Amino acid sequence: MNLTSAEFIITVIVLAVLYYIVPKKAQWPLLLVGSLGFYYVAGRSYKELIAHPSCPPQMIYILVTFVTAFICAYVMGRIDGKAKEYLAANKGTISKEEKKAFKAKAKSRKWAVLLIGLIIALGLLCVTKYTNFVIANINSFLKEGSRIKPLNIIVPAAISYYTFQTCSYVIDVYRGKTEPQKNPFKLLLFVTFFPLLVQGPICRYDDLAPTLFGGHKLEECNISQGLTRIIWGFFKKMVVANRLAPVVIALAADTNSYRGTFVFILMLFYAFDLYCDFTGGIDITIGIARVFGINVAENFNLPYFSKNIKEYWNHWHITMGTWFTDYIFYPVSVCGPMLKLSKWSREHLGQKVGKRVTVYLSSLLVWFTTGLWHGAAWNFIVWGLMNYVVIMISQELEPLYAKFHSKVKIKNTIGYGIFEIVRTILLMSMIRMFDVYRNVPLTFKMVGTMFTKVNLRIFTDGSLLNIGLTKPDYIVLLASFAIILTVSIIKARKGYVFKKETFAVRHFLLAVLLIAIVVFGAYGVGYDSTQFIYNQF
Amino acid sequence: MDDLIKILKELHPEVDFESCTTLIDDKILDSFDIVTVISEINEEFDVVIPAEEIVPENFNSAKALYALIKKIEDED
Repeated sequence: MNLTSAEFIITVIVLAVLYYIVPKKAQWPLLLVGSLGFYYVAGRSYKELIAHPSCPPQMIYILVTFVTAFICAYVMGRIDGKAKEYLAANKGTISKEEKKAFKAKAKSRKWAVLLIGLIIALGLLCVTKYTNFVIANINSFLKEGSRIKPLNIIVPAAISYYTFQTCSYVIDVYRGKTEPQKNPFKLLLFVTFFPLLVQGPICRYDDLAPTLFGGHKLEECNISQGLTRIIWGFFKKMVVANRLAPVVIALAADTNSYRGTFVFILMLFYAFDLYCDFTGGIDITIGIARVFGINVAENFNLPYFSKNIKEYWNHWHITMGTWFTDYIFYPVSVCGPMLKLSKWSREHLGQKVGKRVTVYLSSLLVWFTTGLWHGAAWNFIVWGLMNYVVIMISQELEPLYAKFHSKVKIKNTIGYGIFEIVRTILLMSMIRMFDVYRNVPLTFKMVGTMFTKVNLRIFTDGSLLNIGLTKPDYIVLLASFAIILTVSIIKARKGYVFKKETFAVRHFLLAVLLIAIVVFGAYGVGYDSTQFIYNQF
Repeated sequence: MDDLIKILKELHPEVDFESCTTLIDDKILDSFDIVTVISEINEEFDVVIPAEEIVPENFNSAKALYALIKKIEDED
């Protein structure tokens, strides 16, 4: 189900009306029913049913993930509880060593439970999402006739999102950061909360739980703030992303006609398309949750104002980045074998290189898995590794930059700031071309033509009016770009947009935006295919 | 404490680690720095800081980090 579809909007309106009619205690159960209904409908389309009649319903996977998380967290909670009881009862009678040994035993039992939970949850993700990718790669080495038959399997909707969200809960319980949820239905709501199942954000239990389960009375600020985010999201999605998506698809599909400078145009179009699609979708998600009084983590913080790729990744898809940092980068970097390797490297490779080994190896793993998380295909893996290479090169060049800036005093000038921003956008957009062409050698070839087959005439000979965009389309896109840029600059300077304006001014501007969506939104047959890009990950 | 300050100073000589209490909040230390510091602490103090202890409260100041090292040492 698409966040911008009529069915979805009607479902949300009906659910929101019921939400504020029912008693506060019944609000979260109502959301649970709505979320399960949403997943049931969105989880398996009619087309997929016809194509894969023997596949189990997608609901089974999400339920198995939830049951596993509930049982694991419950058992780990019991282990912790019993350990605390024992230590309290024997306080003063057992030695420090005995206490330490007892704690270590309890921790190893919890570790075993955590491991089982993660194997089941991540196993489901890997089997459904990556089995056919592995089979296809093995088959490329086998002769015709001896090839393995691909599995008749559908990747369950939102599996990457709910698996990561659930794993973070189980790991946090293991770490003692989160109390296990005793009510299975509340945990089920955390796993299935419907706005998050489209394209995230990947929320943490402790951040989401207080407002997800707490009762909410109808408040003007929640509705107003929620609707503002929803309308802003719709504007980006309907007016910009839906207008650009068919053009991006067409330019990427015809690699014979659209090469050279067309690739540069495609690169810029996709950068704008993806930004509006993903941030717009997240605005709608956060806005819907806000209407229900629920606070969802922000996923973006002006990513296109970043001055380097490292900073960009701290501001783009934030919840995914912090997930990888907290649950892969840190544990891998500080685990026993890695610390031993670090020690060995310092002794044998010298302090300078030895210090870097841990960070470089852990980062490589993080970027490999980040690529793989986006999709079971080599283009995503290469995309992840390209990010890794660029980040590591800039890390290594930092002393050189520092030396340069100590001699040339331009770092704090507006001009250099703009240069850094443009450089980051272009670099990120170029790496993203792996996502556009979905074929590694083709991407290298096409990006290469950007430099070898420069054809600036396409800006003047009318070629850009033959790629699916008319003059009014360009005017709408430029005006939208100006609006989005202005809002972003206001947010960067003040830290907020729409706060001190009067009720009348705020609602007038929103009404203008709403009219713009209705009048300039891209609808119709040509635009139906534009699902949210991150929905497929 | 002096040894810890020395480790931190090697990463960011420009920062006053004795007084700064917003090393994470102000993004002075990033994830790469944190891992490097943990590795150095392991080397210098023979203390292993587990992943679950990597939270802003423990890394926002040299004082908090030193307290964490002492806590782990005591537990050992």
